[in-house]
Amino acid sequence: MRRVLPVAAIAAVALIGAWLLFIALPRWYAEEPAADPPVTSAPAAGAERKITATLYFISEDGMSLVGVQQEVPFGEPVIEQARRIVEAQLGPAPDPLAAAIPAGTTLRGLYVTDRGDAYVDLSEEARTRHGGGALDELFTIFAIVDAVTVNLPAIARVQILVNGREVDTLAGHVDLRHPLEKNLTWVKTEKDE
Amino acid sequence: MNLRRLSLRSAATAALLACLAAAPAMQAPPPAPYTVLLPEGRQPLAVRVIGGQEMFALDELAKLFDLTVREDTLAGGLAISTKTQTIALTPGQGLASVGGRVISLPAPPARDGRAWFVPVDFVPRALGPALGTRLELRRPSRLIIGGDLRVPRIATQADPQPAGLRLTFNVAPATPHTVTQEGSRLVVKFDAHALDANLPASPSPELVPSIRAAETGAGIEIDLGPRFASFRAADAPGDRGAGRIVLDLVAAGETTAAKPVPEPAVDPPPLLELTPVTGLRTIVIDAGHGGDEHGARGPQGTLEKDVTLAVARRLKGAIEARLGARVILTRDGDQTVGLDERAAVANNNKADLFLSLHANASARPAASGAEVFYLSLADYGEEAQRAAQSSVPVPVLGGGVRDIEVIRWEMAQARHIDESAKFAGLVEGALRERVPMSVRALQQAPFRVLVGANMPAVLVEMGFISNPEQEKQLASEAFQGSLVQALLDSLVRFRDTRGGQEPLLPAGIGN
Repeated sequence: MRRVLPVAAIAAVALIGAWLLFIALPRWYAEEPAADPPVTSAPAAGAERKITATLYFISEDGMSLVGVQQEVPFGEPVIEQARRIVEAQLGPAPDPLAAAIPAGTTLRGLYVTDRGDAYVDLSEEARTRHGGGALDELFTIFAIVDAVTVNLPAIARVQILVNGREVDTLAGHVDLRHPLEKNLTWVKTEKDE
Repeated sequence: MNLRRLSLRSAATAALLACLAAAPAMQAPPPAPYTVLLPEGRQPLAVRVIGGQEMFALDELAKLFDLTVREDTLAGGLAISTKTQTIALTPGQGLASVGGRVISLPAPPARDGRAWFVPVDFVPRALGPALGTRLELRRPSRLIIGGDLRVPRIATQADPQPAGLRLTFNVAPATPHTVTQEGSRLVVKFDAHALDANLPASPSPELVPSIRAAETGAGIEIDLGPRFASFRAADAPGDRGAGRIVLDLVAAGETTAAKPVPEPAVDPPPLLELTPVTGLRTIVIDAGHGGDEHGARGPQGTLEKDVTLAVARRLKGAIEARLGARVILTRDGDQTVGLDERAAVANNNKADLFLSLHANASARPAASGAEVFYLSLADYGEEAQRAAQSSVPVPVLGGGVRDIEVIRWEMAQARHIDESAKFAGLVEGALRERVPMSVRALQQAPFRVLVGANMPAVLVEMGFISNPEQEKQLASEAFQGSLVQALLDSLVRFRDTRGGQEPLLPAGIGN
């Protein structure tokens, strides 16, 4: 009986080791490439999984958008990841940049059609707290459109809704009656600096 | 996946509950019904405002257009079938699917008891394609026009004259008509199915107490007041297939003799005659924002709407004095004007050029300089590409087929994009000579006010009102004068590229 216990213990350890080596680890590694977002990073030990995404904020001189790599919570499927990215885009800007979307704006909902059109439904603050400048209005809209389309190739176009409804414009200039495609005109590239 | 559906459903339920809760409050002022004009006849169509959106009852649409509506209680969707196609609607979503194509709607369908309601845009966007016909929604005139009915748009202008009053009707497209006097009224009858007319209520109490659309048929009735003596009607061609009726009403006792002398009033406005077709005859200047809509605000409280109006008025004066062109402002006071209306003013007046004036604002006080924009067709995707170069083969009387250029009114700007780019370049160059420019001086953007303009169109951001220094400049007479001079220079250069007229005055003479 005394000899049986260590043998059983060794067998148990061997079994657990084999399970880890042949089943758990491969499964764990296999999960990563299968994830939806194109830019992924290894999950932080113990913390929730994150991906690295490009978000857009207003430059110091106020004349362009700047793409910034930020960690964003992982979401699956694509629609869930799109929500996480837009929520991060609505968050505060890293110093010394400024947020492109009026403070207090929240994401009410996000839908994706089979054709790859995303509908991003923002709260009223997107309109009511907007400063009113045409250039800032372009920044607000294309920060969201580009954050979604650049990070999620499965989404080709984005239409912004306010309070669940289609709107003509946010501040009287940019036509929001149609989904908009990725447009990096206002994004400053490294070469410009 | 299930979770998403669940959250969608709960969102839809919440939206529906909100709509229902709001319904009793909205019932107080019933909006005017729409009129549906079909080859079979004219039908009123009641409209209800639900959650701030104008909506039609699905049952009434079903009766009118012979549709079958099925409610899928399991999936929670609506299936609306025509003879050939089915439209799928999902409660809580502002989307419709027509034959597999997803179309966006301004609001989800709403329910009241057993009845379902859909936003008015459902008719042109989803129902038209499903029926395989054109259903045009003209919101300002509350019309839905089906098939190929002739319903010309008529914009009216009343100008007091020394001898009385001149009424100018711009009719698009040009439509055969007659003008006759029937007792104490003048009647203009059109060879059309109906009219989409914008008429002034009472242009002159003593001469023309009222103007209204005829009760039956396509006509305009002009009541004649006690001072009316005689009238003269003249037709002038408009461009792009539009027509213009000039009606001169001569007042009694206005001229020296007892008998009125119609002579001075007979000719159409001289500009029509003297300026060649190729030049700039009519320019529409759009003072951005206005009324409730202030636009951007400077740190000292200067409002964009006031700056744009001040510059627009000065520019109008300068153009009229120096270019001899007709200038129309989209607003000449502090009133709210919709973005569609602004382009419509230019379209209805057959303007040769549309110039929208704005002041910019940035979250960064340092941002400064003027910027010139024209429309970016790329942001409108395939739709714009199709619009820019679409033609439809149409059978011609006597056999054969002819290609007709077809363009959606909403995308009218697509055809003029090259000219707009040229004009934008000239504006940018002229501004650069007189005022500070932004690092992004010439840009393209999907601006709402430009897309519907059926002529070259440019939007100018004259400076950043959010920049303390520029705020002072924009409010100052001197800086506004520089802007006006630069814009005038650009207009002269643009006109000269179109040919047909020698420069009237050398550019650069001060005001």
